Amino acid sequence: MSGQTSLIMIIIGAALVNNVVLSQFLGICSFLGVSSQIKNSAGLGGAVIFVITIASAVANLLYTFVLDPLGLDYLQTIVFIIVIAALVQVVEMFLKKTMPALYTALGIYLPLITTNCAVLGVALNNVSDGYNFIQSVVSGFGTGVGYTIAIVLLAGIRESLEGNDIPKPVKGAPLVLFCATLMGMAFYGFSTLG
Amino acid sequence: MNKNMERIYNGIVKENPVFIMMLGMCPALAVTTSVTNALGMGACTIAVLVISNIVISLVRNIIPDEVRLPAFIVIVASFVTIVELVMKAYFVELNASLGVYIPLIVVNCIILGRAEAYASKNAPLLSAMDGIGMGLGFTVGIVAIAFFRELFGNGTVCGFQVMPSFYPPVSLLVKAPGAFLVLGFIVMAMNAMNIKTQANKKVEEGCDGGCAACGVADTCDKKEAKA
Repeated sequence: MSGQTSLIMIIIGAALVNNVVLSQFLGICSFLGVSSQIKNSAGLGGAVIFVITIASAVANLLYTFVLDPLGLDYLQTIVFIIVIAALVQVVEMFLKKTMPALYTALGIYLPLITTNCAVLGVALNNVSDGYNFIQSVVSGFGTGVGYTIAIVLLAGIRESLEGNDIPKPVKGAPLVLFCATLMGMAFYGFSTLG
Repeated sequence: MNKNMERIYNGIVKENPVFIMMLGMCPALAVTTSVTNALGMGACTIAVLVISNIVISLVRNIIPDEVRLPAFIVIVASFVTIVELVMKAYFVELNASLGVYIPLIVVNCIILGRAEAYASKNAPLLSAMDGIGMGLGFTVGIVAIAFFRELFGNGTVCGFQVMPSFYPPVSLLVKAPGAFLVLGFIVMAMNAMNIKTQANKKVEEGCDGGCAACGVADTCDKKEAKA
């Protein structure tokens, strides 16, 4: 039972309490850049959940069975980033062959995930938190869900702000940043859950 | 201004990575809770950026075009690992407060961006200068954010008490949402200045007084005089 509770705590912690975007600032580039429409943000969110979950699993296996036994854990940054880059390619080819509809929907966002620091950040955090295989996968999935929640919410806000009369200097990046501030304050309320 | 100085000026002012290009946002928001952290992050980023720019520039003619991005990532990741190990050995405290953001320099878009946009096409010396310029621009940017966050959020600068004791610190600013808020205000102020300069420039260049059709009319200083 305690095992189950802690898995639930990991998922809530990763998705809400330590929201990857709003409190850890990972994946900010795409959060600010690809959040003008709900549809695209949801597509990107889906792709990120997919890649982060698999990347956490692979990174954990590599660390436990290759890097750690050989005493090569100082190579983790290099190994993880190569694994993530290769993985994104594999996922892209796999989706193209088996699920062309999803592949077209995700479009350009798939290759961009390589440079999404949330993916590498989760892999590194899992190692430093000492998570086992299942915990890593769950934490990766939770992080992906947290990312999707944040980016879809922001896209929703931006869509409804469109067409409003906004002072010129605030238009563009500052407006998005102010929206993110308010969202961050709302999410800060979740910290009591932890 | 010679070519080398031009690169440095370009990085700090014209194409400032933080305020103008909005690159490298993750560390810019995450480590700016104090000026000390921001300086440490800036130093690490400059080191990685300059060395990887030089190396990438040196090997730019050897690497086949198709595999250049993976090659760049491996080069950058190697230097990030070196910096990480140096930090762990000699700057234990700073390393602890920067945490996972040191290895995450690998995915800092500024570094890969400069490798792709500049170092892969230019000679080593110029690429090094470009790295120094961009790195300094990034450092100036994050130190500015950190200065406001630490000063108003904690009443200190670099850990020294600056604000008078009756000043109540706005602790929201050193928490996560404060990062977005401060960056938003800085970019807003820069936008306002840019729009004003554009408007004034247009008037000086000779404006026909048709404020209704002018894109910058609402921020123009001389609107009344012309109307």
